[in-house]
Amino acid sequence: MKLPPLEYACPTSLSEAVALLAAGGGEARALAGGQSLMPMLAFRVVAPALLVDLRKLPELREIEISADGVRLGAMVRWRDIEDDERLTAAHPLLKAAVAHVAHYQIRNRGTVGGSIAHADPAAEMPGIAVTCDAEIAATGAAGQRTIRAADFFLSALTTALKHDEIITEIRLPAWPAKRRWGFREFARRRGDFAMAAAALFYDQDAAGKAINAHVGMIGVGDRPCRLPEVEALLNGRTIDEATIERAAEITSATVDAQEDIHASAAYRRSLAGTMVERALRSAAA
Amino acid sequence: MKNAFIGSAVERREDLRFLRGRGEYVDDLRPDGLLYAVILRSSKAHGRIVSIDTTAALKVRGVHAVITAQDMPGGPPIVPMRLQPLPEFKPFEQPVIADGKVRYVGEPMAVVIADSVAIGEDALEAIEVEIDALPAVADWHVAQSGQSLLFEAQGSNRSLTFYAVRGDADAAFASAPYVRRETLRTGRHYGLTMEPRGVMAQWDAAKGRLTVSGAAKVPFFNRRILAKQIGLPEDSIEMIENDVGGGFGARGEFYPEDFLIPFAARHLNRPVKWIEDRRENLMAMNHAREAEVDVEIACERDGTILALRGHIHTDMGAYMRTNGAVGARNIAQFMAGPYRVPNVKLDVSLWMTNKTPVGTYRGPGRFETDFFRERLIDMVAQDLGIDRVALRRKNLIARTEMPYPIATIAPYEHKDEYDSGDYQETLDRCLAEIHWSEKAKLQGRRIDGRYHGLAVGCFIEGGAAGPKETARLAINEDGSISVYIGSSAVGQGVETVFAQIAADALEIPMDRIRGVFHGSTAYVSDGYGAYHSRSVVMGGSALLDAALNFKAALCEAAAQRLGCAASAIVVTEDKVSAPGGTSLPLSAFAGLSREGAFLNKKHTYSYGAQAVHLAVDAKIGQVEILDYVVVVDAGRIINPMTLRGQVIGSLVQGLGGAFLEHLVYDEQGQLLTGSLADYLLPTASDFPNLRAFTMDRHPSPINPLGAKGAGEGGLIGAGGVIANAVANALQSFNPDLRELPLTPSRVWAMTQPRA
Repeated sequence: MKLPPLEYACPTSLSEAVALLAAGGGEARALAGGQSLMPMLAFRVVAPALLVDLRKLPELREIEISADGVRLGAMVRWRDIEDDERLTAAHPLLKAAVAHVAHYQIRNRGTVGGSIAHADPAAEMPGIAVTCDAEIAATGAAGQRTIRAADFFLSALTTALKHDEIITEIRLPAWPAKRRWGFREFARRRGDFAMAAAALFYDQDAAGKAINAHVGMIGVGDRPCRLPEVEALLNGRTIDEATIERAAEITSATVDAQEDIHASAAYRRSLAGTMVERALRSAAA
Repeated sequence: MKNAFIGSAVERREDLRFLRGRGEYVDDLRPDGLLYAVILRSSKAHGRIVSIDTTAALKVRGVHAVITAQDMPGGPPIVPMRLQPLPEFKPFEQPVIADGKVRYVGEPMAVVIADSVAIGEDALEAIEVEIDALPAVADWHVAQSGQSLLFEAQGSNRSLTFYAVRGDADAAFASAPYVRRETLRTGRHYGLTMEPRGVMAQWDAAKGRLTVSGAAKVPFFNRRILAKQIGLPEDSIEMIENDVGGGFGARGEFYPEDFLIPFAARHLNRPVKWIEDRRENLMAMNHAREAEVDVEIACERDGTILALRGHIHTDMGAYMRTNGAVGARNIAQFMAGPYRVPNVKLDVSLWMTNKTPVGTYRGPGRFETDFFRERLIDMVAQDLGIDRVALRRKNLIARTEMPYPIATIAPYEHKDEYDSGDYQETLDRCLAEIHWSEKAKLQGRRIDGRYHGLAVGCFIEGGAAGPKETARLAINEDGSISVYIGSSAVGQGVETVFAQIAADALEIPMDRIRGVFHGSTAYVSDGYGAYHSRSVVMGGSALLDAALNFKAALCEAAAQRLGCAASAIVVTEDKVSAPGGTSLPLSAFAGLSREGAFLNKKHTYSYGAQAVHLAVDAKIGQVEILDYVVVVDAGRIINPMTLRGQVIGSLVQGLGGAFLEHLVYDEQGQLLTGSLADYLLPTASDFPNLRAFTMDRHPSPINPLGAKGAGEGGLIGAGGVIANAVANALQSFNPDLRELPLTPSRVWAMTQPRA
């Protein structure tokens, strides 16, 4: 479990980093916090010729909060989010989700951009990005572009990112103060990848009925996804017990769950429904 | 002075060393000229080796050698069994490197020796292997079918069947008013050590001496094996024990690497080190526990147990390793546990499969069989409408029945018996500590969305394997005393407890005991090591004998120097005195040294009870332990604090086996849990509510200390107690609970309508 032979570069500017990736063809990989990439290298399941370390790019480390929403630099670490008290109001769903990310040591190192680029279907940050309609900004040899989260995650560990592109920031739309939200995750041990997690929010109209419902599912299927049938159910309704139970049923009936060594597909479908049910109940409370 | 260190909660002497980072593990050793070994392991579960081409690997810069079976004239040596070395097992023993066939994923095929581990791993990728795949035997059912044979010449995948027999079970069943038959299963898991295994070997060509570091558990036995395999006299090999990060029965047995690394060191005349990585550890270290029983219990209507009868199948993996049969035999012999079962007829078939071979893991066979037994007892209680506690009380062996004869393992072993104890006492204490009578009303109740469950179970744990142990006491230059023992330290705290025993035996303060030296082959003439909870009983009793010899020799020597009778000499803290006041410091006798030994054929049986109160979130299958109590009576206890720590530690391992740990294979014999992301160990936050209580009311009559082997008990009972409590919590669903581990998915499935 030692790294394969590879070159290492630690550029001090984004353009330099992009140039290194571009020059490397498909054989260069960006290194952010290294919490997924380093074990994969140790297992030799990936063997790039060049690692481009992004740690000397301070412009990727900022958390910016404005009327437009929250901009998370790609190199923002989980610990930075936990420690940023502004986010409690500016994006409580993000903060709740990040509390479930791995363990203390990993949270000190793992980054937002790294998690998005790695695209583990059971990871929290891609799920939050999809649920919240985040925009993912990337810079490559061809310049900058913005990719909607809904278009970014293609399947497990596969994204729309080109080999020479570096994620620079994740933009989460503004969070209204009165928004209702819930996050529920179940993992076999604290800090493990989610068996299933639900991230959701809705706003309310003057009559107290749900509008703009976003319901995201993590850890079920090959990428994080929204549940449009559940969102359709919630929009225009008061979120009462009957609606919550119906939302759980629809979730279980619509998610694409697979059997793996930890659980049967039937269990995961049921668990997905329960996570939505419990997240909704906490949102409505 | 009269000492009483024995029985006191003396702080562990070894801890300061560990806490200050001054432990020395085998990977800390870096002699000049050191080379590193990495091992090519089979990626196929079953197949014939067509070719292993090492040409390209040898060209990798920094590679010194690539060793395969071809490099061993006469074929690779076989690793012999240490325990139950029966002739029937011989054909199933493991060669140190794959020879002609591979039989499990992870089997060593080649060893690369390189300047670094990374270079070695680069070279692994350059080795070209061709294997003709054969159909994999992925579980005992497939093994039984005989469609694919691991050892064609044997004609069967069954290496042996043991029988556990007592009384006349068939007669008892014929007339029994109540019978229940069940199929129950335990999952495959293993004694994962935080520090993986490691071996470092140095060859001194001039002196013809081999030094092997990283030895643990049974270094004297392993030296005998290695000497024979490598063609050296035993006394030309020194086995050095280092600090170890966990033993659990799995570390320190003789594995293929224990030959391969010394062989490589001698081959290249350079020091060579191999440190197992975690991926290797999961597929190379002994597995354990996977078993299935088809068992019947016969009772009177009042719950009196009449007989146990049935068939046990254990999944041995690909080879019979050094202690591979222990778990299987224990399942059979100890299925009756602490209960009075007059008639037993169990057979246990040992099936070879294309998986990592099995060996002992703390509480071998006992964890499994306690799950089978305690689960059955709760089922009986429900069938007969008898309170679960009352049913256990009725059947527990009484103090007055001791020593109590148990089932004999046929056809190979002598009779065995439980030595002493009052099993009701530990049950009473356990129920009191967990407040059973107050909590009983919670059984099956749903509170805040979770179902509450209770269970209690009783266990025995064996210890004190013979035949012998050796200990030596010696006076150092400064007059302090050193203790040398043939047992090994695998985390049990032997440096502390042996200092306690020595100080009491010599009636001197503990700080006069300067060091406790253990494990390495240089310290005593012969040693038997650390397994079967034997160190305190065997080594401690040997130490008492050594102390007698030592004191006699010291008094004799002092009498000569001081001109009086030996019987008149008084030994105090740091001097010997004659009547009339003349005295000499102990340092005047520096170098005086005496050995002692203890011979024993019997076993000790600690025992106890454990109970749990838990809550089940049925919708997600999550179980939270709210309170868990283990009570163990271990006869005379040397150190109640270290014992308590051992009980809690073993309990956490048991809970790992009950809930989390599972080595999963697919039908092709591929190990699917190849990292700690998928093989789930208990972590610090998983089981916070565990309590252990120790009792010392019934010393063992079979050794002069009165001690019993202990420290495995928390683990032994955990599977059964947890299973029964989960079933108790979910009683309104009539749950089908016949298998461990209890994953969330399985617990949830119990609450769903049956198909």
